[in-house]
Amino acid sequence: MRLGDRRISTSSIEGPPLIVTIQPTTGWVSLRLRDFWEYRELLYFLVWRDVKVRYKQTALGAAWAIIQPVFTMVVFAVFFGRLARMPSDGVPYPIFAYAALVPWTFFAHALTQATNSLVGSASLLKKVYFPRLVVPLASVLSGIVDFLLAFAVLILLMVWYGVGFSPRLFWVPLFFLLAVTTALAVALWLSALNVEYRDVRHSVPFLTQFWLFATPVAYPSSLLSEPWRTIYGLNPMVGVVEGFRWALLNTESAPGPMLAVSSLASLTLLVGGAYYFRRLERTFADRV
Amino acid sequence: MSTIAIRAENLSKLYQIVGAQPKYHTARDRIVNGLSSLFQRNGRGGARRETFWALQDVSFEVKHGEVLGVIGRNGAGKSTLLKILSRITEPTTGRANIHGRVGSLLEVGTGFHPELTGRENIYLNGAILGMKKAEIQRKFDEIVAFSEVGKFIDTPVKHYSSGMYVRLAFAVAAHLEPEILIIDEVLAVGDVSFQNKCLGKMEDVASEGRTVLFVSHNMGAIANLCTSAMWLDNGRVVARGDVADTVGEYVKSAAGASPSETRRWKRHHGTSGGRFVDARLLDPNGNAHTTFEMGETIVVEFDVEFSRSFRSVDMSVNIKRADTGVAVLHLLNQDCGFVFEHISEGKHRFSVEIPKCLLYPGTYKISLWLVAAPRMGLDHVPDVLTFTMVDSGCSKRTIPFLPHVGVFHSPSIWREI
Repeated sequence: MRLGDRRISTSSIEGPPLIVTIQPTTGWVSLRLRDFWEYRELLYFLVWRDVKVRYKQTALGAAWAIIQPVFTMVVFAVFFGRLARMPSDGVPYPIFAYAALVPWTFFAHALTQATNSLVGSASLLKKVYFPRLVVPLASVLSGIVDFLLAFAVLILLMVWYGVGFSPRLFWVPLFFLLAVTTALAVALWLSALNVEYRDVRHSVPFLTQFWLFATPVAYPSSLLSEPWRTIYGLNPMVGVVEGFRWALLNTESAPGPMLAVSSLASLTLLVGGAYYFRRLERTFADRV
Repeated sequence: MSTIAIRAENLSKLYQIVGAQPKYHTARDRIVNGLSSLFQRNGRGGARRETFWALQDVSFEVKHGEVLGVIGRNGAGKSTLLKILSRITEPTTGRANIHGRVGSLLEVGTGFHPELTGRENIYLNGAILGMKKAEIQRKFDEIVAFSEVGKFIDTPVKHYSSGMYVRLAFAVAAHLEPEILIIDEVLAVGDVSFQNKCLGKMEDVASEGRTVLFVSHNMGAIANLCTSAMWLDNGRVVARGDVADTVGEYVKSAAGASPSETRRWKRHHGTSGGRFVDARLLDPNGNAHTTFEMGETIVVEFDVEFSRSFRSVDMSVNIKRADTGVAVLHLLNQDCGFVFEHISEGKHRFSVEIPKCLLYPGTYKISLWLVAAPRMGLDHVPDVLTFTMVDSGCSKRTIPFLPHVGVFHSPSIWREI
């Protein structure tokens, strides 16, 4: 033996011996969620990096998280609330719009960031193995900090307008979860597509703008009558936005069946997106 | 646990080169292409797509504790092989079984973020390379010490000098401790002293009994670190086996021309009258060799053609390390009292024997000098021969011969008095 007695280092060996088989895969493949779980720490670090870096070298720093929804609210309040006299389910229009803009801004940002996430991490994809799902998920999750800041302003506005808090408040996390799921679902489709077709990147601003008007942010969904209101829930963001208003502003229209439709639509998009992503994942390193 | 760490069976990888098209295409391109190829069967639309096999039917096994050097020209498929084994890309056909946790190091500093501080990047990069947070915490001080960035650890890395950046990046990578380590040419970073430090670290890793796959163009490093080698050419395995033989064959082929092709010699002519016309390396039995084990006898043989007679000439064989350029031996005909006088016109053959050569493992280059007394340079051919030394077990040491602490080995006798 060349190097004399060899010591086998076992310091980093954890768990049973691992056997990995590498072979070409075809068609629809398993999601390998276990593998994904193994890499949860990487997910944590990527989210942490995005949060840390986001407002580095900006003068206003984290204020940006608030500026965008607040200013949009002001514009909406002037044009839709004052000039167009848009109905707002009996609550002051500014807070009516802002309660919807908070989850909406999170969603729109998550979509933009996550769509570019794979292409932006090209050097990682080409040099290191890890479940690629981590990348868009980290992008979506890193928006939570901004969401919390904007949400704090929402609480202040509620106090200012004297909107009473009710136990419905405890439903908010659930509606937010729906927003996260929807953002991730759409991001999985778009980020994977963006690797092959950079057209996607250019279409996202247009898509979010279009989606904003297809979602009852500036107007109440109560403008529609049943059964159209429930069908409207096929856009999962409808469930999110109306859910927020119901839980925080005590609007009359309980989301009910509309929320069920939204959740189902979101989950379908998510599962489909995850499989589609896994299917394209094997060519990412070669194409990005 | 099985003794096999990696078993690859018929691994192949097909790449499509999209000829004149832009690097990434848009959906419109795709549609236009699809339509045009619909209308012109076997037309240009189809012909534009070329394919090439980056790897073809590559099968091999690596045992636990083996340090395998992968060598070959640029584009031979070495990096593709490492990418497949690191699971970055899938093979087109074939399969590989890997027993154990794999850590791959295809680049240093992957995922470094310029806005983050050195400290933050250590955590981020460590996580990207597959280390657990607790593991990074445990090794943190060691990593900082190794990187020599010291007090700048809390400065954003965008303010680092490129040397500091690379040192920090390598320091994180060097502390990765998987059972199987896959390394692409990453040692070529930093200044010479840091490179030596990296090499030393690599040697530690290799001597710890970990399985290592190591791609490098530095035959010295391969000869130093590896216990076996595999030579790839055009995506196929040309040779696989003992590091000495494989590196030897590769060096011989990479030299392109056989040493006797004297037209390729870069000459520094002196006064005309005599010149080297051929040179070769032999073992004592007269067989041509380019790889020698430490302790083997090396014979340098060369032919000199004189166009006139000389009263006396002197010759020298100079040997230097190929990687650092450090001169290590200067051998003269006078060393053994051999004088060469009353030389007749015509071709003469000489041989220089270096008995039991104990040069450290690595690649060396030989230059030849021919001088007519007194001080009249006749011919000088630099770097005319290349050979590689490999460790033979001539010493009972358990660590490798480290090129930054020595160049020539000598037996030594140790005792307590």
